[in-house]
Amino acid sequence: MRVLTGNDLKTGDVVWWTGETWSRHVDEAVDAGERAEEILAAEEAARRVNVPYVIEATREEDGSVRPAHIKDRIRALGPTVRPDLTLKPKDPEAIDWVI
Amino acid sequence: MYKYDNYDQQMVDARVEEFRDQARRRLEGKLTEDQFKPLRLMNGLYLQLHAYMLRVAIPYGTLNSEQMIALGDIADKYDRGYGHFTTRQNLQYNWIKLEDAADILADLAKVEMHAIQTSGNCIRNISSDHFAGAAHDELVDPRPYAELLRQWSSFHPEFTYLPRKFKIAVIAAEKDRAAMRLHDIGIQIVKNDAKDGGSEIGARFFVGGGMGRTPMVAPMIRDFVPLDQLITYAEACLRVYNRYGRRDNKYKARIKILVHELGKDEYTRQVEEEFAHLLKQGVEPPREELERIKPYFSDPAFEDGPKSVDRSDPDFAVWVDRNTHRHKHDSYVSAVISLKPVGGIPGDATGEQMRLMARLAKQYSFDELRIMHTQNVVLPHVKIGDLHALWTELEAAGLGSPNMDTIEDMIACPGLDYCSLANARSIPLAQRISERFDASGKTSKLGELKLKISGCINACGHHHAGHIGILGVDRKGVENYQLSLGGSEAEDVSLAKITGPGFTEDGVIEAVDTVTNVYLANKQGEERFLDTYRRIGMEPFKEALYG
Ligand code: HEM
Ligand code: SF4
Repeated sequence: MRVLTGNDLKTGDVVWWTGETWSRHVDEAVDAGERAEEILAAEEAARRVNVPYVIEATREEDGSVRPAHIKDRIRALGPTVRPDLTLKPKDPEAIDWVI
Repeated sequence: MYKYDNYDQQMVDARVEEFRDQARRRLEGKLTEDQFKPLRLMNGLYLQLHAYMLRVAIPYGTLNSEQMIALGDIADKYDRGYGHFTTRQNLQYNWIKLEDAADILADLAKVEMHAIQTSGNCIRNISSDHFAGAAHDELVDPRPYAELLRQWSSFHPEFTYLPRKFKIAVIAAEKDRAAMRLHDIGIQIVKNDAKDGGSEIGARFFVGGGMGRTPMVAPMIRDFVPLDQLITYAEACLRVYNRYGRRDNKYKARIKILVHELGKDEYTRQVEEEFAHLLKQGVEPPREELERIKPYFSDPAFEDGPKSVDRSDPDFAVWVDRNTHRHKHDSYVSAVISLKPVGGIPGDATGEQMRLMARLAKQYSFDELRIMHTQNVVLPHVKIGDLHALWTELEAAGLGSPNMDTIEDMIACPGLDYCSLANARSIPLAQRISERFDASGKTSKLGELKLKISGCINACGHHHAGHIGILGVDRKGVENYQLSLGGSEAEDVSLAKITGPGFTEDGVIEAVDTVTNVYLANKQGEERFLDTYRRIGMEPFKEALYG
């Protein structure tokens, strides 16, 4: 699937396009398909996201979304060396998902 | 410590207000990211993997307690409680919000700090010897000259849009503790024999060093520039570069490529020509300016005291041996606070640790701290008689690792955990290697061994200059690591050579262990890893690695 991501303009947080808005949680990302570029342009112009781009990802059987590249998986979770600062500070296996 | 004059403070304050307005316009949508990006970069604000990142300049790595406290408070108030000290003696915050950036710059300005010229194609923070003004082996304190260069290079209209970023280091000892010859310009303050039989102090210029994708050691282009022509000569070096440096290709735009392509002799000839021309134009700041700066760096009021420590506590004795450096006053030493706890993140310090280091500096080191390019902190002037008390406090705070210049004192760049340019993570390697070598007790057997890790070819982690270097590469979307051996950024400078095919994360950690075994098996006398490598060459290491 083609997933849209970028950073929040004000906070810099990593965000994902949910079909309606931008979420911090990659699992809420949707397939933007053919419309990816069009959505990016409109959202960026409306300042709802900063430096957005399209990535490849897959939806897993449990419904979660897995970006194809490790860099975007680290963006989705947080630094692997600071589990306490990731989006899943209580999940010791979260880091394994990145790698 | 240098104090801002009115001009400095006004410039910095004005920049804060200017940036506040720019950030507001960006948030209101009056500026696009394309318009805003160069403006935020001029103020050290990058966009990285997880947030905005702010790089704060620490001129020649020197700061006082008040400044360190401010850095710690910013970490707690605006970031997530920590900051990262870099190889260019700066500090980076990883979790900055655009909404807060102007307030942070205002907080910095209150303690005479800023983030100006920490990004972009300008002259960056001038770096120097972290033991400057304290080391037993220095000719003079290099920092007044670094400060003179800082003033000259700050807001210099001609050098605000260079072909590429530009880095200068200044030292004044034979020992190079600032990777001087791996800078665009490296300056060594030296003494020569003057004609009248006395001696004279001047500057030796090395131009065209650097790391990145094309690492180069700067050749010497002038062995003596009189001090009252220092700025003029630096200006001549930059002018020739600014005129001929390639702007069409970012990878060829560094001065090292120009010096290499023109050849050292031709580059030097052009610099000398420009220099002769500039001498007539009076670009040198008046001598009084240097004389005005100097007293800010004069010695604190040293007192005589004990000249040795009580070594009955073995842990303390190890720390003293490893982490202190001989001072020019025999009752003092410079003490290195390691930011490399076993399994920790090299160069990271929490807000609380920063405030503690500030308090210790006030109590034990005349209110002064230094940042080392190896991502540690120095208290430059500690009484030998106070060392035990200092060490006790450091130990209690987890800052007492006795590992300076050992394999556990590695440099590691932020890598893929934080950096948007990275190919692979660097920090986890650093953590695993320090844990492994600490657990096996091998660290002390290995003695001085400089390990340096970068997450991509930009080489922020100085891997080219590591006795052992590791470079992260992307192999079809999977992290992979190249190993190299034989680099040095000290006075015996050299560039490391790649051993051969790369390794996985587990593989490269094994490989580091393997090459250290080759060293231990071949070591003669007092040889360091680097000495043994230089004597026996790459083959035995290759053989052990790839068989
Ligand atoms: C995470 C943010 C960072 C970014 C985006 C970044 C970017 C870069 C880039 C693009 C280069 C190559 C420049 C060139 O060859 O012209 C470079 C080089 C360098 N950076 Fe960084 N860097 C970052 C962090 C750091 C840190 C944390 C350190 C210190 C630990 C550092 C120290 C250096 C040094 C020493 C060089 C080599 C300069 C040379 O080529 O001579 N950087 N950086
Ligand atoms: S070496 Fe590469 S990965 Fe490491 S900080 Fe520099 S740009 Fe980022």
